[in-house]
Amino acid sequence: MTETKLDQQDERVVRNPGFRGAVRDFVLRVRGGDLGSLPVILGLVVIWTVFQILNPTFLSSSNLVNLTTQSAAVGTIAIGIVLVLLLGEIDLSVGSVSGLSSAILAVGFVQLGIPLPLVLLASLVAGVLAGLAFGFLRTLFGVPSFVITLGGLLGILGLQLFVLGKTKSINIPFDSGVVQFGQQWFLPAWSSYLLVAIAVLVFAWNSLALSRRRESAGLSSLPLSIIVLRSAGLLVFLGLAAWYLNLSRGVGAPFALFLVLVVIMHFFLTRTRWGRSVFAVGGNVEAARRAGIRVNRVYISVFVLCSLFAALGGLMAAARAASANSSSGGGDTNLNAIAAAVIGGTSLFGGRGSAFSAVLGIVVIMSINSGLALLFLESYVQYIVTGAVLLLAVVIDSLSRRSRAAAGRA
Amino acid sequence: MTNLSSTTRSRTAEQLLSLRGITKRFGAVRALSGVDLDVYAGEVVAIVGDNGAGKSTLVKILAGVHPQDGGTISFGGVPTHIPSPTDSRDLGIATVYQDLSLCDNLDVVSNLWLGRELRKNGALDEVEMEQRSWTLLRELSARIPSVRIPVAALSGGQRQTVAIARSLIGEPSVVILDEPTAALGVAQTAEVLNLIERLRERGLGVILISHNIADVQAVADRIIVLRLGRNNGDFRVADVTSEMIIAAITGASDNSVSRRAALQEENES
Repeated sequence: MTETKLDQQDERVVRNPGFRGAVRDFVLRVRGGDLGSLPVILGLVVIWTVFQILNPTFLSSSNLVNLTTQSAAVGTIAIGIVLVLLLGEIDLSVGSVSGLSSAILAVGFVQLGIPLPLVLLASLVAGVLAGLAFGFLRTLFGVPSFVITLGGLLGILGLQLFVLGKTKSINIPFDSGVVQFGQQWFLPAWSSYLLVAIAVLVFAWNSLALSRRRESAGLSSLPLSIIVLRSAGLLVFLGLAAWYLNLSRGVGAPFALFLVLVVIMHFFLTRTRWGRSVFAVGGNVEAARRAGIRVNRVYISVFVLCSLFAALGGLMAAARAASANSSSGGGDTNLNAIAAAVIGGTSLFGGRGSAFSAVLGIVVIMSINSGLALLFLESYVQYIVTGAVLLLAVVIDSLSRRSRAAAGRA
Repeated sequence: MTNLSSTTRSRTAEQLLSLRGITKRFGAVRALSGVDLDVYAGEVVAIVGDNGAGKSTLVKILAGVHPQDGGTISFGGVPTHIPSPTDSRDLGIATVYQDLSLCDNLDVVSNLWLGRELRKNGALDEVEMEQRSWTLLRELSARIPSVRIPVAALSGGQRQTVAIARSLIGEPSVVILDEPTAALGVAQTAEVLNLIERLRERGLGVILISHNIADVQAVADRIIVLRLGRNNGDFRVADVTSEMIIAAITGASDNSVSRRAALQEENES
């Protein structure tokens, strides 16, 4: 390096150049409490190791395929939960909203014979309306979202039962598009590899372009070796995952949709003004308001998106189950979605988190479900273990918040 | 009231902001009654007063947090209303609040550009924002080690620097600083006072709210004293001792201080 970069001129800045520097920075960050997704990845390794020892079929390709297809619906709901948690809010009604959208799909498509696209649209519109209602209640009256969405949980469950009417359970025909999508459609092997290649290329291209722009702006940039290494790592990881799943049925269409949605939301959260304002509102509402951010619009948009994702998750659940009934979206749907977001590393205190925590969290939860099911343990064990993991995640969140404060990281 | 209206003085600088007869009530409490204030370009006006004198209320009216009940505001000679913070900002008034209004979870660049992020093809232009952040901080001789660390990691003085630097991003003509040195140590206070000097050099009108008479005398050109929601003195720093300011703040010799100041200024002009 011949000249000092614009952002490294201050003598107090510790410079760790090159590859070893990047590793040392990472260690320092983790010690400072900026754990990122490290705890959940470690946790996942432990969970997978334990279950694999207890039952050798756990990590088999076919079981992992099951695991991913089970994850898609609740995972999609968890994306919405990540958004509300980033604002420091909560949405307890997602289970009911997903149940309502399942019911609308089944009743509209099977009983009333309305064309599928219209029914799907109606379900999603129902989600948007629910989100609008929560958003307006939150912003107009300032009622805590906990209470609003608790009311929504009951009210929308009532709506779901009303839509279902006297029929308690409606089966959706197996040859219909939705059920095909939910149960039968898997990406052909070549297309899964194509998706992996596209993802890695986009990642590498973005990193390179960013590095080059920073270089020409006189800012420090990632060395080429790191970019190549990261891209290669991503390629190996995604490629291996796709290859292993392709050993049996492959990557399910709903799971692929879920992943695409996560990547899209990640882009919106990190690269747009809207995303920046979500983090700002979650960090300090008053500061965001004074900076000219239209805070109410942010709240409303997030509640709408959350309910929309919940409705979409409900459609995916109904498609997978090929039915909708009065208990669709009930039981542990709500709590699994919220637990997934928190376990994945999104803070309950607002302002910290990532769309990817929906993926990590739901994989952890579904691994526990699947592992315990393989051991033929009764469902009470599953509830207790999932609850314990959730508590652990919350404790880690609180602890890392404390050590961030000590290390001067927000 | 025997306040000397500053408009009667000869001025070469451009008048940026002019408040006349500003009144604000909160229920039965009259927070401000008939307050006048003028701000010129390249001038630091300090507003001092005891707790409850109406300093913060005056600032909030200018910042658009709540509108006044009576009186007129003109900006650049044009009568105007400031119904919301956005309107205040659009006029060219930047307010740095006492509690700084920074988002601890965001880094320095994000905080500097919050609400007016630069975009390129619809996505945030982080590189451009980071580069311009460094340029701005260098111009202010601000000592921030890194702009990619969360604001929570910064010291009080550095946070104040970020807050003041942020007010300049929108290229305002008036900057309001609410108690910028209240929570700072000696060295950090000096740093912030330097920063205020630099704002004046840029030709901005600076309104400085402060409790600290020494700070005010160090950087201000003019001192406006508020007492119980009314103007209680308008001094030029060169003409005034800290005893006179304190007397006007506490009302110990109520109007005689401002009368004397008025006399002095009349003699001079």
